[in-house]
Amino acid sequence: MSTETSLLESGLRESTLFRFATAGSVDDGKSTLVGRLLHDSKAILADQLDAVARTSADRGFGGAGATGTQAIDLALLTDGLRAEREQGITIDVAYRYFATDRRSFILADCPGHVQYTKNTVTGASTADAVVVLIDARKGVLEQTRRHLSVLQLLRVAHVIVAVNKIDLVDFRESVFREIETDVQKVARELGLGSDGIADVVVIPVSALDGDNVVDRSDRTPWYSGPALLEVLETLPAADELESHLESFRFPVQLVIRPQGALAPDAVAAGLDVEAYRDYRAYAGQITEGTVKLGDKVTVLSPGHEPRITTVTGIDFAGNDLAEATAPQSVAIRLADEIDIARGDTIAAAGTVRESSADLYAALCWLSPKPLREGAKVIVKHGTRTVQALVRNVTGKLDLATFNVEAASSLELNDIGNAQLRLAAPLPLENYLHHRRTGAFLVIDPVDGNTLAAGLVKDHPGDHEDERYVI
Amino acid sequence: MSTQITNEDLELSVLETDAAETPTAAPALRSARLSSLDTLESEAIHIIREVVAEFEKPALLFSGGKDSVVMLHLATKAFWPGKVPFPVLHVDTGHNFPEVIDFRDRTVERLGLKLVVGSVQEFIDRGELAERADGTRNPLQTVPLLDAIQRNKFDAVFGGGRRDEDKARAKERILSLRDEFGQWDPRNQRPELWNLYNGRHTVGQHVRAFPISNWTELDVWRYIEREGIELPGLYYAHEREVYERDGMWRAVGEVSMPKPHEEVITKLVRYRTVGDMSCTGAVLSDARTVADVVVEVAASTLTERGATRADDRISEAAMEDRKKDGYF
Repeated sequence: MSTETSLLESGLRESTLFRFATAGSVDDGKSTLVGRLLHDSKAILADQLDAVARTSADRGFGGAGATGTQAIDLALLTDGLRAEREQGITIDVAYRYFATDRRSFILADCPGHVQYTKNTVTGASTADAVVVLIDARKGVLEQTRRHLSVLQLLRVAHVIVAVNKIDLVDFRESVFREIETDVQKVARELGLGSDGIADVVVIPVSALDGDNVVDRSDRTPWYSGPALLEVLETLPAADELESHLESFRFPVQLVIRPQGALAPDAVAAGLDVEAYRDYRAYAGQITEGTVKLGDKVTVLSPGHEPRITTVTGIDFAGNDLAEATAPQSVAIRLADEIDIARGDTIAAAGTVRESSADLYAALCWLSPKPLREGAKVIVKHGTRTVQALVRNVTGKLDLATFNVEAASSLELNDIGNAQLRLAAPLPLENYLHHRRTGAFLVIDPVDGNTLAAGLVKDHPGDHEDERYVI
Repeated sequence: MSTQITNEDLELSVLETDAAETPTAAPALRSARLSSLDTLESEAIHIIREVVAEFEKPALLFSGGKDSVVMLHLATKAFWPGKVPFPVLHVDTGHNFPEVIDFRDRTVERLGLKLVVGSVQEFIDRGELAERADGTRNPLQTVPLLDAIQRNKFDAVFGGGRRDEDKARAKERILSLRDEFGQWDPRNQRPELWNLYNGRHTVGQHVRAFPISNWTELDVWRYIEREGIELPGLYYAHEREVYERDGMWRAVGEVSMPKPHEEVITKLVRYRTVGDMSCTGAVLSDARTVADVVVEVAASTLTERGATRADDRISEAAMEDRKKDGYF
């Protein structure tokens, strides 16, 4: 922790970006917590607060004599759509933005009571951290176990459990400690906090009154840890943890080959037209790792043997870079004239396996249309999209017990294992170690809707066989 | 915050740790942290390239407003040294600030782009749209927009919409499907996972793409400052004849004349958004340079739409209703 913090401080010339999500139901006071975080970090501007204060007064919020933020229903700050205000519920993931001196935050506010898996998976897929809410009066519920299970599956780096409404249990330490113990027990069952998977921090808060949200509260003297915002400000983001350690991965989005049709503004600015006549570069976003000039790389293309070549240029809008790191978008030039197209992958040489048409995966099923064995689907992985056949559903996770049970289909909100056969091989990698190249979408070929979030697992028996590293 | 970021800085931002902490020949631990602006820029460029790679005929909504100017700047970076590989589309309300139209035309010329214009005035002249009682034309843009999309067979339309602008926009996807009538169905959106964007659509449907969804107004201004992006002059403080209506300063113009009781005065103002003259208000400001504006926006206590857009005040759900009907 201290290493990361000092690194962050020394590297801080400008604020960095941190993405987090919230998971919990309306009853946990999640909307109030988000509203409190936005309000106390001064992300709420006067006209927004006025509108919320008017509505709160209309509804008699806080009762007679309430003053300051007690008279404002902070949950209204995050109500977006008309139906949500009318029904007092949250329908869909909403994104919020606020900043402190240290960081800019993107908050994916995920409603918990309907389609909780869909929303939690969506929010967690891009999050550096997830805040899970627990009502101090109720403790760890089945839904808490479900949330933590999804976060473990998606390999979210940090889990923060906010034990909310601590004011309603008179700020009693015994209540908090009991819940804390229960959370740690579930975390251990799931393997959280070990093997580099998600650390878990538990904080007592009152979203309504602001205790331990932005500032530490003196009403919880028995709690010596940081307030929620302090934790969010200091946790290392995913790319601080990983990007420099992983091997370079670069799915090619498109080929930049102007063939003389150069940008007029670049030409006007003095671009040497002759020098760029045969320009050819591969555009994409680095999904992990770092690439440097002169690096040996493997190019994986469907229908070709893996080819090894050398990086001769890393371009970004007229700048020649000596190196680039995830998640930078760049264009890469290579030494050899080889045929490369969208969907190919450029990777650090000697670190990838041969592409495979057999896909073993965990699927988070997000559609009301169930998955049946034998179904034809579309798989979108990196910059490639292929047809696929669902051979078997091999099991379904019981989110309450964490046991895998026999199953032959998956329904909305189910998480299960399946085996798919792909129409063309893909450069699949285990999601445990590759959060981008190990992830894919399952798409309905009929209406184009997203059916599932897919996480690549190792092939059975893979561990004994390292022959395919190229 | 106000320092210019150069390529050297980009390389410097890959920091090596204190060598003393790393004994022997172990590879130095690196903290490869991009600034928030670099991260947002990379994300936007990734999205722009995905859409260009996966769609037949994209177009970019370009009004000359700051968000669309930033979008176009990102597109030039995404395809450098090649040309931006799609046309720009402007829905002209006929109530635009002349200097913004002039800026639009100069930009299109400079970048060698094709400009497609959908005209609200033409629809009114043909009787296919009716002028509203309040004179505002912003809500009238939807019909010419959808008409231009259909006539040109655009299957993806880039917009500069940001999620921090409005409560309804906070729930918008980065790639957002529109049906045959251009409608948005907020209750039935595709989940958006990792950085995998699902743009599949059937004939007649199209997709709106919002690459700067995750930017805030302050991010946009800091980026304009950092990149030295040119904007229409009315974004900066200037003297203008204005009058006060609904708590906003309106410019005196052909389509925005004061009522007899509204006193016209000259004030030092600037615009935070640039839209239909009849409903866009100016704010009192002495921010004459981009650096001044960054400071002003950072300290602002009002949202940009709350401060300057009369059309968003019509009802609590004004933006939601217009979006469902196919608005930007």
